[in-house]
Amino acid sequence: MSVVLEVSGLSKSFGGVQAVDGVSFAVSAGELLALIGPNGAGKTTCFNMLNGQLKPDSGEVALAGRRITGLPPRVVARSGVGRTFQITATYGSMSVRENVQTALIAGHHGEWSLMGKATDKHQAEADALLDLVGMRDQAARACGVLAYGDLKRVELAVALANEPRLLLMDEPTAGMAPNERIALMDLAAEIAKSRSIAVLFTEHDMDVVFQHADRVIVLDRGKLIAEGTAPEVRANPQVQAVYLGTGTTYGAAG
Amino acid sequence: MEFLVIQSLNGLASASSLFLVASGLSIIFGVTRIVNFAHGSFYMLGAYIAVTIIAAIGGQDALGFWTGILLAALIVALIGALVEVVILRRIYAAPELFQLLATFGVVLMIQDITLAIWGPEDKLGPRAPGFRSFVMIMGSRFPSYELFLIVVGPVVLLALWLLFNRTRWGTLVRAATLDREMVGALGVNQRLLFTSVFMFGSFLAGLGGALQLPREAVTLHMDLAMITEVFVVVVVGGLGSITGAYLAAVLIGLVHAFGIVLFPKSTLVLAFLVMAIVLVVKPYGLLGRKPSGHAARGQAIPEPLLSPADRPTKLLGAAVLAVLILLPPFLGDYGVTFMTELVIFALFAASLHFVMGPGGMHSFGHAAYFGLGAYGAALAVQWLAAPMAVGLLISPLAAGLAGLLFGWFCVRLSGVYLAMLTLAFAQIAWATAFQWVEITGGDNGILGVWPSEWAKPKLVYFYLALALAGAGIMALRHLIFSPFGFALRASRDALLRAEATGLNVQQLQWAGFTIAAVLAGLAGGLFAFFKGSVFPTYLSIPKSVDALLMVLLGGVQTVSGPIAGAFVFAGLEEQLVRITAYWRFVLGLIIVLLVMLFPKGLAGSVLAWRERQSGDRS
Ligand SMILES: Nc1ncnc2c1ncn2[C@@H]1O[C@H](COP(=O)(O)OP(=O)(O)O)[C@@H](O)[C@H]1O
Ligand SMILES: [Mg+2]
Repeated sequence: MSVVLEVSGLSKSFGGVQAVDGVSFAVSAGELLALIGPNGAGKTTCFNMLNGQLKPDSGEVALAGRRITGLPPRVVARSGVGRTFQITATYGSMSVRENVQTALIAGHHGEWSLMGKATDKHQAEADALLDLVGMRDQAARACGVLAYGDLKRVELAVALANEPRLLLMDEPTAGMAPNERIALMDLAAEIAKSRSIAVLFTEHDMDVVFQHADRVIVLDRGKLIAEGTAPEVRANPQVQAVYLGTGTTYGAAG
Repeated sequence: MEFLVIQSLNGLASASSLFLVASGLSIIFGVTRIVNFAHGSFYMLGAYIAVTIIAAIGGQDALGFWTGILLAALIVALIGALVEVVILRRIYAAPELFQLLATFGVVLMIQDITLAIWGPEDKLGPRAPGFRSFVMIMGSRFPSYELFLIVVGPVVLLALWLLFNRTRWGTLVRAATLDREMVGALGVNQRLLFTSVFMFGSFLAGLGGALQLPREAVTLHMDLAMITEVFVVVVVGGLGSITGAYLAAVLIGLVHAFGIVLFPKSTLVLAFLVMAIVLVVKPYGLLGRKPSGHAARGQAIPEPLLSPADRPTKLLGAAVLAVLILLPPFLGDYGVTFMTELVIFALFAASLHFVMGPGGMHSFGHAAYFGLGAYGAALAVQWLAAPMAVGLLISPLAAGLAGLLFGWFCVRLSGVYLAMLTLAFAQIAWATAFQWVEITGGDNGILGVWPSEWAKPKLVYFYLALALAGAGIMALRHLIFSPFGFALRASRDALLRAEATGLNVQQLQWAGFTIAAVLAGLAGGLFAFFKGSVFPTYLSIPKSVDALLMVLLGGVQTVSGPIAGAFVFAGLEEQLVRITAYWRFVLGLIIVLLVMLFPKGLAGSVLAWRERQSGDRS
């Protein structure tokens, strides 16, 4: 499998807080890598540096061998990175289908077109994506009125719209019921495998992690403390200390 | 050398009042998140009240004079408290634009109250006892009162620092500035804290006004002149930073002091240049920080689904258009004139709606583009003897260029910062029209901007305006639903999401801003030939507020709202001016009431009501 994302020595501090500290890892095409760690470990900060929202203090990010460190989010997105947010972000004044259509318009560089109606653009593609995430039947609803789990699905469709090579999902299942979580991650895994997309996701629910992650990396106070398959990581005493010793339990949400 | 020293001292002296008012605004904003437009009015009231009190208690001696100054500031503090308790307290949860608008309503009311009490003539205050002499500095006579003022600035800065770092109240205010919820959790009486903060800020503004007495005449224009400069100071210094406000006040004071000697016609343009340079280097001001969380996004009210007009709305629109086409031949000159104005205002309002609604940029200075369009046409007629057709072509072009220039800066900010910046730009455009007498005729405007011969009959001109304004409005509507319009709206709804799908939000917004300017410019050009003349008032703050009212009356969240709003507003203003000399007061009151009662605008409220009736549209 070819390496899609390669991260080396990534660091970021906020004032005195070293949020991410020399983190290195890689994700290959079709692989699901879980990034886990207690609250405040630096997972979101890590994501924000990967998609360009934050500039790292040091370290490199390479996408399919090309350096993308410090590029703005829109450029990173254009080079094949899709992401979902910990706090879902959808276009509230648009319907579900329009959300996906807008993402498709962006993906096809059509946002400067003044002609025609946006709702006429990429209809088939939008419906296909909605079918994929199981939101076709709610296509006409406003995003503002959707259930949280459905919103996450819309976000997934939007993140997939520009056919990314790398998908970043920050707590994709937070706030969902357990069976919903499994279903959403099943879906993500299936899409990743069939389209050879590299997926990096953070997750608090260890069941989800063990079921879906090909590999797991563990972050604690900004540092990578373990890496391996799910059973390996589970057996790692340092990881157990972080999760159990601090009183945080498996599956603690945040 | 002597020139440098004297002008620097002048600059420092004028910085003090500027700092007093700006720090008051900043402190109030820090805690209440309201940008108080009426802060310039408090400054003006401070000066007027001081004149009256000092005259009453015979302030020839030092005791009377300084008592008068202090009393005036205290009375302004009480007025501030009254405004907070009666009005602002009720709108802390409203969107920030509505808050700004409501405080502008207060500006209008205070203007007319001041006019009613003190009359239209300028007032001269007494000189300060003990500071009537001159000091010799490098061979020139320098007023000792100016030296006193120079000292006031740093002294107040120090006093504020002590207040915020050494007293319990100050600590609470700082805590509330950082995190409002936390203060609530501490069991502090939040209402009292807010009111006291507002009082304190008003006190500073009143003091700033009263201290100006020995320096300059007291006029009814002090309020808007001051608030513009204060906005510039606050934007340059960084909203919420008191030290930043002082630095910026000194900077702007110096720019003025030197500018008035070196380039007497362009003092405000110089201030603009300074502001522009600072903003390019530090978008949130010298000592400001990028707002995060709540402040960054404003109070995000979830946007309703924006859909193309449904059948009833379309039918209604067709009916209105039919009336507009068929009715005028049966109206007299007065009626046709009124309808022409309506149609032009509708385009003006629609252009503002475009930048505010789908664009998500809260412009408080949209009249700049309307006015520059009007001046573009008028100048072309005056200096190039251009025919109407050429004038109407130059209008959108001139306004568009200004939109391109100003917009470049504006799209780097958001929320209230953006609103203040747009306002400052509009004031600069206004000042240029006002100060550059040789070209623009200054206050006298440019006369004789008449349409070409064929378009002179009122009815013909109406149809011309209807055709162009109608085309403009249709173009805007089309854009809103075009891919570009969706991308623009996406940027507004979820900025990070839009960027994460590859959209260049700043460029999209810049384009949106410019498009709105172009169409406002067209409206301005139509207005110039309609009136036959242009005046600086076309670019003034009240004109910007007119447009805002039209949009907000109609509701930002609907596409047809601004057109309805323009019709309602034009009718309302027409009647008000006719009924009462104090129409400003009434208008201000209406604005305040509207914001308090219909925080979503009229059409927005109707829409919300309809949605409640029909439940979830799925
Ligand atoms: N914008 C920021 N400013 C200051 N500190 C931050 C910021 N973002 C995150 N942090 C801090 O960095 C650390 C990591 O946060 P985050 O990446 O959100 O962790 P996680 O997503 O793993 O819960 C935390 O201590 C957090 O307080
Ligand atoms: Mg996180």
